[in-house]
Amino acid sequence: MTATTSPDTTTASGPADRRPPALGGFSAAVLAIEIRRVLRNRRTLMFILVMPAVFFLLFGLPSRGETLDNGLPVTGWIMISLAVYAAMVATTSAGAAVATERALGWSRQLRLTPLRPAAYVATKVATAMVLGLLGVLVEFTVGVASGVRLPAHVWLESGLTAWIGSLVFAAFGLFVGYLAPAENVMQFMGPALAILAMLGGLFVPLHLLPHVMQQIAKFTPVYGVGQLARAPLTGAGVDWAAVGNVAAWTAFFGLGATRLFRRDTTRV
Amino acid sequence: MTDTAPAVELAGLTKTFGPVTAVDGLSLRITPGEVVAFLGPNGAGKTTTVDMLLGLARPDAGTVRLFGGSPADAVRHGRVAAVMQTGGLLKDLTVAETVRMTAHFYGHTRPVSEVLERAGLAEIADRLVGKCSGGQQQRLRFALALLPDPDLMVLDEPTTGMDVEGRRDFWQAIRADARSGRTVLFATHYLDEADAYADRIVLVRRGRLVADGTTAEIKNLAAGRVVRATLPGADQAALAALPGVRSVEVRGDAILVHSEDSDVVARHLLTRTDARDLEITSHNLEDAFLALTAA
Repeated sequence: MTATTSPDTTTASGPADRRPPALGGFSAAVLAIEIRRVLRNRRTLMFILVMPAVFFLLFGLPSRGETLDNGLPVTGWIMISLAVYAAMVATTSAGAAVATERALGWSRQLRLTPLRPAAYVATKVATAMVLGLLGVLVEFTVGVASGVRLPAHVWLESGLTAWIGSLVFAAFGLFVGYLAPAENVMQFMGPALAILAMLGGLFVPLHLLPHVMQQIAKFTPVYGVGQLARAPLTGAGVDWAAVGNVAAWTAFFGLGATRLFRRDTTRV
Repeated sequence: MTDTAPAVELAGLTKTFGPVTAVDGLSLRITPGEVVAFLGPNGAGKTTTVDMLLGLARPDAGTVRLFGGSPADAVRHGRVAAVMQTGGLLKDLTVAETVRMTAHFYGHTRPVSEVLERAGLAEIADRLVGKCSGGQQQRLRFALALLPDPDLMVLDEPTTGMDVEGRRDFWQAIRADARSGRTVLFATHYLDEADAYADRIVLVRRGRLVADGTTAEIKNLAAGRVVRATLPGADQAALAALPGVRSVEVRGDAILVHSEDSDVVARHLLTRTDARDLEITSHNLEDAFLALTAA
């Protein structure tokens, strides 16, 4: 009617216009915004990409020249361990982001949109996995640049295992995220992850720890992923205890997160 | 369109929190196109009602229908949108990213650029949400609510905590949007906002509806005057029996008579009693509000 362009020429509420979103609101576009958002945060970036790489330079490089029993470099062993660490920190923090979003009230805002809760969680898991992959790739790149040379199948198999295995930590992050709505959840998750990584043998080989600690360590959630990711390097073959460890923890965190998530979405 | 269902239909809505009854058998019907102010003091149950209306809280008793369906249906199809007092925003997204991301949660939306323009955010589209003022963030929430081009827009105390300028800008944006046919329900405890922007005012107190009418009708509730005089030992019953008298209050030696016809009261007091120091004052909307919502 006036100079303001009025696009309301359509009778806006035709039924075709009012359809709910495809896939419950899950989309690659949202995933892209989410990832950009995470990468914009310097602290997160430091935490998930820079720190594990620096760890390699600090703790990996001094072992240059040493080899494992099968002749492959010890730096490879350290690099793969730290790749697992990078992936687990990345996926945990992405999963735990729901804690921040619940604390900020963003989840409440989302409930006023057609976005399905399952699509929201799927977006978080996908974001976690992209970041986890990024963590592995950065660690491997630093390794290559520092002179780590491994057979192609080791790069591939270890990399994939470290990455896919980090799914358990995406579930872990979600579990914590739905347990405690806190804006600064990663401040206490960071140290917790470091302890878990230590027990999982990512920072020092487990056989250097006291015997009792070694026995306990085998039941902690990082142990399995670490063992499996290094198996292609050490040639240890499939360690069924490690597989059981990964399966059990994935089930535990996955079911726990699902349960808490249900409670969160039905609570009105 | 055969859409004749009311935009909002609340029937016997009740919600208790422990010993507190926040909403107490509230019924309300809003027809499409109405702009309704949901007015009441803090703690009147406005936010609880809005939460139930949007499906964010489940009523202990009573029903909510939006356009004949459930709140969840209305949300899923983008027919209702809301600007909530507490709705959070992600600080590390820009204004435009927030709108773009939210747009993907709907099946169909107005263009992002248009929504930013209408909410008065075009100039700060690339600003991080965390760097926006409270008023700007509230306009961003408004932009998000505009996205689905909803048939019903709910605003819960949208200007709380804003400075005068922020309030003005916000209402300017709402006004600029005044699309014909959009139903708007806004909760507020600012009388002037209700007066300026609503066609109809619904007054609530302690979870109950205490008055419901056009803005003019609500103002008329306040059309009466107060006659004050000094009259020791006043005959309250005789005063209360005068035509037009709504209430009689005794404060020590003073009496306060609320009446629609102050002349009758004044004449009676001055000719039939020993009253002195007589004063007559008129009500305003503020008084009506206080009278209707006082405990």
